[in-house]
Amino acid sequence: MVENKKYVNKYNFAFIDEATKREIRRKLLKAVAIPGYQVPYSSPEMPISRGWGTGGLHVTLSVIGKKDVFKIIDQGSDASVNACNLREFVHMMTDVKTTFDTSEATLIQTRHRVTEEELKENQIYIYQVPQPEPLRGVERYENKTRQMHGEADYAKMWVSIYESFIRHGDIMLYAGYPVKVNNRYIMAPSPIPKWDIPNLNQSKALHLFGAGREKRLYAVPPYTTVEPLEFEDVKFHTEDFTGLECFKTGYKKAYLDELYFDDGTRHFVINDSNFLDKLMEHSPLKQHSNKYIDKIEA
Amino acid sequence: MSRTDDNWLLRVRNLTKIYGEPNENTLNMTGPLFNSNICPETDAIVACADISFDLYPGEVLGIVGESGSGKSTVVRLLYFDMEKTAGSAFLKPYNSGLANILEESNQKKRFIRNHLMGMVYQNPRDGLNFRFSSGGNIAEKLIMAGNMNVGQIRGRASELLEKTEVPVQRMDDRPSSFSGGMQQRVQISKAIANNPPLLFLDEVTTGLDVSVQAKVLDLIRELQQDLGIAMIVVSHDLSVIRMLTDRTIVLKDGRIVESGLTDQILQDPQHEYSQLLVSSLL
Repeated sequence: MVENKKYVNKYNFAFIDEATKREIRRKLLKAVAIPGYQVPYSSPEMPISRGWGTGGLHVTLSVIGKKDVFKIIDQGSDASVNACNLREFVHMMTDVKTTFDTSEATLIQTRHRVTEEELKENQIYIYQVPQPEPLRGVERYENKTRQMHGEADYAKMWVSIYESFIRHGDIMLYAGYPVKVNNRYIMAPSPIPKWDIPNLNQSKALHLFGAGREKRLYAVPPYTTVEPLEFEDVKFHTEDFTGLECFKTGYKKAYLDELYFDDGTRHFVINDSNFLDKLMEHSPLKQHSNKYIDKIEA
Repeated sequence: MSRTDDNWLLRVRNLTKIYGEPNENTLNMTGPLFNSNICPETDAIVACADISFDLYPGEVLGIVGESGSGKSTVVRLLYFDMEKTAGSAFLKPYNSGLANILEESNQKKRFIRNHLMGMVYQNPRDGLNFRFSSGGNIAEKLIMAGNMNVGQIRGRASELLEKTEVPVQRMDDRPSSFSGGMQQRVQISKAIANNPPLLFLDEVTTGLDVSVQAKVLDLIRELQQDLGIAMIVVSHDLSVIRMLTDRTIVLKDGRIVESGLTDQILQDPQHEYSQLLVSSLL
């Protein structure tokens, strides 16, 4: 990294220079104005390579302010390598307070999970997106997919879901299940599990998506309708954890990770580390509520 | 139905497609008189020019001509596969026939294609997606017309396959595992899935063996009689034209050289090129 010797501070606040931040913010405004639409942006160089969370980092660094409280998770965990390194970096570059506590944070960056705890109106939720194009699986050319989005021509996507159903008896899409945002654009919600998809619908928080390698930004504003693609008679469903529970807390209404102990026994544990900690400490928390979670018996 | 000036289904006026950069002499220096569709001054290629005709509900119109005469270009322009250079087309069921469908937005064009038209290509690979099952291909058309119920989609698809004599058990197989004749039948099922008033058939029997040809032609004739769909049949094969069509247009070098009742043209061709075509009929 080339260090700046001209100014008192080695780096600009939040690493990215102000002009570029402004460009990213402007693109974010456009993304918020057209929910689900992918806005091309500059994707400037970062000290990590593209495809390692640069998109999320760009968004975080261009919206972060000195009073923000920052939390970052990787697959639900505050402690995994990706989360630790990026937290360190953001802290070094901004000196903002960081936290593990979901309800305390104002800015949450994530890799592939939405927190179990309900998001609030003063929170911004930022996703690291590897593949922003939901139609890539059915159409490989970018100019075509852009045209398909422009004209809301989503028949191919629907046929691929139909095909999946007749071939396998179910919609064989897992992480990153395609959703329709605000009744218009089909959007890739980054590879969050199906469990998290209903939590995007009418969410109180602002959701921003950054795909650094693919150079795209998009957004789901607060209180926006987000529906998973489903037919009238073939429905979307979340991951099925029937008969399973967290081995530490006995909790059943959360997304579970599978663990194998040294003696070969299989256990399940709550994936969201902060949610698990709070449950074990019996601290007050409010979970997301949706028709899929509400069906599960506690 | 009696034909009056007013009950046409499709009205085409001065449909023109030119590749390259034409100048003001291009149209005057090409055509059957010059025995060429390449402009001597600019090398622009006139695929078709000044094509005008009316199609009435339930009628079958044939377009014949040698290869390169612009037959396929005409139907592909009308099905929005290509952009026209000039001309207009009006479709009665769309906006009471007041809007030039060739100048509508892509979204409107797709609506017209999905609800009011069907197309059967010579090569099934153009009309079908070989990565989807045959049922999926029909589903695509139904989904585009707003049907979002898998049960209903499958019901309609099996109904169509039954009608076109494709074994319904093979609905969930890909068309790549089908014979040429079966692929063509699936294509026809897809084309008529939404009961369109208008169907384009572009050399549908070329490349099929004779017995299968006869079956496919039978099917088309049956569908035409049962459903009363108006059709435009493109073929270089005069026996296909004789079997299917009421009226015929003869194209040469992108221009209409003769048009009239099919029987008349085949019995008593007026234009020298039509005479040649008819006399070379085996």
